[in-house]
Amino acid sequence: MEHAVEIEGVSKSYGKKLVLEDIGFLIGEGMIYGLIGPSGSGKTTLVKMIVGITEPDAGAIHIFGVKVPNLELLEKVGYMAQADALYTELTGKENLDFFASLYPMKSTARKKRIAYAAGIVNLTAELGKRVSAYSGGMKRRLSLAIALVHNPKLLILDEPTVGMDPELRLSVWTELLHLKKEHQKTIIITTHVMDEAERCDIVSLVREGRILATGTPTELKQAYGAMDLEEVFLKAGREHR
Amino acid sequence: MRILAIVKRIIKQLLRDRRTLALLFFAPLIILTLMYFFFNGETEELVLGTVNVDVWFTAALEESGVHVIPYEEAGRKTVIEHGLDGLLTVANGEMALILLNEEPSVSKALSAQVSTAAMRLAAAPEERPQEIEVQYIYGSADTAFFDVLSPVLIGFFVFFFVFLISGIGLLKERTSGTLERLMATPIRKGELLTAYLAGFGLFAVVQTIIVVAFSILVLDVVVAGSVWHVILINLALALVALSLGILLSTFAATEFQMVQFIPLIVVPQIFFAGIFPVEGLADWLQAIAKVMPIYYAAEALKAVMYKGLGFDAIKGELAALMAFAAVFITLNLLVLKSHRSL
Repeated sequence: MEHAVEIEGVSKSYGKKLVLEDIGFLIGEGMIYGLIGPSGSGKTTLVKMIVGITEPDAGAIHIFGVKVPNLELLEKVGYMAQADALYTELTGKENLDFFASLYPMKSTARKKRIAYAAGIVNLTAELGKRVSAYSGGMKRRLSLAIALVHNPKLLILDEPTVGMDPELRLSVWTELLHLKKEHQKTIIITTHVMDEAERCDIVSLVREGRILATGTPTELKQAYGAMDLEEVFLKAGREHR
Repeated sequence: MRILAIVKRIIKQLLRDRRTLALLFFAPLIILTLMYFFFNGETEELVLGTVNVDVWFTAALEESGVHVIPYEEAGRKTVIEHGLDGLLTVANGEMALILLNEEPSVSKALSAQVSTAAMRLAAAPEERPQEIEVQYIYGSADTAFFDVLSPVLIGFFVFFFVFLISGIGLLKERTSGTLERLMATPIRKGELLTAYLAGFGLFAVVQTIIVVAFSILVLDVVVAGSVWHVILINLALALVALSLGILLSTFAATEFQMVQFIPLIVVPQIFFAGIFPVEGLADWLQAIAKVMPIYYAAEALKAVMYKGLGFDAIKGELAALMAFAAVFITLNLLVLKSHRSL
């Protein structure tokens, strides 16, 4: 299997505070890779460096063999930020249309993609409303639709399901699994919900800027003799103390 | 076209923000109208009491528009009690002028009139004083302060409102996280900056045209030169304001902090804009004026609107404005670099 993402020896500090320390892992193409950890563990910084918004102090990141940051590469990357970065004066459709038009797409293809992305997150009926009238969950859904709108090969989702009801969370996950299986998309997802972590192919447990453990959920549970990932996290955390 | 997509978005966003639109398009008109009434008020007639002043002198004063009230006897109290602006007394061939000096400008005008009358009589004593023929190089006898002020004001409004709105526009993009989100799309920073300049520039153009049209059509401001030159200067100034506003928004974390730049960056510019003559200032202050964009715009606007000069007279000022814009745009690209290296 080809590697979609290669991360080698990445470190980052803000001022004196070391946020990430010597992170390195590979993400195979066509898998869902989970980054699990509490807030403040450095997940978001790591994700931003993969996208290329933040530059690492040391180390290098390659996506599909191309060194980050690279503008052409960004056409293949769909990013959903932790904070909803939306234009609240515009309607949901206008937001989708704006972001879609930043990518090379014909206008008919764009319309199709917008309809598709809105359908996935179940926002089709709400597209004509201004985002300022959206609830928190609707904004998350729109952000996810924006990340999907240009049909990227690599999806990077930072806490995508926060504020969604269980029903919608299930349908989002069903779609993510579908994207992986049918369209061979690679998906990097950060979460602190353990049952979401269980659905990932590989998870890395992140804490205080370091990776505690990496493996499939089953492997990790076996290695630590744990019932669930929550327990793995606790045990792995104690070992590293 | 990515630039076009952003320009379209900026226009949509601004059109939906009614308050900001009103600020951009109507606030300058309201202030301009107020200024018009403040500075175009009829100047009050000067009232001068006289004691023992001869008829020729009185005639000369009245001819130049001073209302003269002769007294048998008068002193400081008379001036206060009778609401005079001044009192001219002649005793033993010596003239003495008492001024109320409630308003220094009135005092200056009055003493100037008295001196002029004295000079005219000195030139031709014991005769009916001659008319002095006055010619104006710029403007006419009807020139009011507002005629000189309005070019400066027009330039200032364009600068101020474009500065504020473009700065806050980009700031909002920064605080809402959309700027960072845009950095995750294949957009180039140059494209983003160009789009911002074009999008807000469009509103600056509309604002400039509204302000200039309102001044000419409603407030009857005389444009001695070409209206196109007026618009051209304002557009150059708007470009400076845009690039400066966008640049400074980088150093503000909130809208409130952006507003804090007003006393620091915008207000000092008023002093150097030519409302007060810059030529009379200390050398070091004049040097400061030379780094104020509004100084150049005001000079150029005065040259076109009031003095009626042509393009040759404003070439230098336009070049200075473009140089300011170029510097600010370059700095913008450098500052945006801290976001992403591309």
